[in-house]
Amino acid sequence: MNEILKLHYVVDGNNFSLAGQAASDVKKMLKTLGMAPDVIRRVSIAMYEGEMNMVIHADGGEIDVDVTPKAVVMRLADRGPGIADIDLVMQEGYSTAPDDIRALGFGAGMGLPNMKKYSNDLKIESQLGIGTTITMRVDINSRG
Amino acid sequence: MKNKDLLDALSCTVLCPGNLDKEIKGCYIGDLLSWVMGRAQEGDIWITIMNHVNVLAVASLADVSCVLLAEGVTMEEPVLQKAQEQNITVLQSSKTAYQLAACIAQLL
Repeated sequence: MNEILKLHYVVDGNNFSLAGQAASDVKKMLKTLGMAPDVIRRVSIAMYEGEMNMVIHADGGEIDVDVTPKAVVMRLADRGPGIADIDLVMQEGYSTAPDDIRALGFGAGMGLPNMKKYSNDLKIESQLGIGTTITMRVDINSRG
Repeated sequence: MKNKDLLDALSCTVLCPGNLDKEIKGCYIGDLLSWVMGRAQEGDIWITIMNHVNVLAVASLADVSCVLLAEGVTMEEPVLQKAQEQNITVLQSSKTAYQLAACIAQLL
């Protein structure tokens, strides 16, 4: 497991029922690599939340995942509306999800807080009207 | 305790067998998917009234033992087919989440 594994996904913003496939695929890959269940779970949850945000708020986007011997790094880039107030969206319970999405059980305002909780490092770069790029790192040898 | 042990103990219906031999470690109740995703533990029975396809993604990623639909909520056939493809056990009961949890607390 010394080599670096690189994965790339295009997230379809129009297919709500397919949302989560990239996270599921990464989970399978990490299982195949024999990673610790705790690491797999943290990567899966952080990535699923990011993927759902892309579908709900940004009409899809692209995800790159780099697996190194020390960490799993996920970079999620979209061309959505951008985030006006990053401190606000990091608060548990804050959500701008529309009512039809909330009716499905989303929009609890836990997406970004979960991403922060389960990754060792979370970086948000966002410009209004241009898009958002989120980079998350989950360390393989430390618990988040 | 395994998923299959719930069938008699809770008198629940199997909507999708998935992995009936999967080990149960606990129980979590919730309908807000991100909340469940962030707090349910691996091996938990997940009691919910949500029945759409995204439930399967959360069940799979959070590694719950099974999805237990409360209050007679059912799941559409295409969703159940996906559950089977992903080896996710889906059970159904007419009991409320509270009644189910009370029974499960006696079992665990």
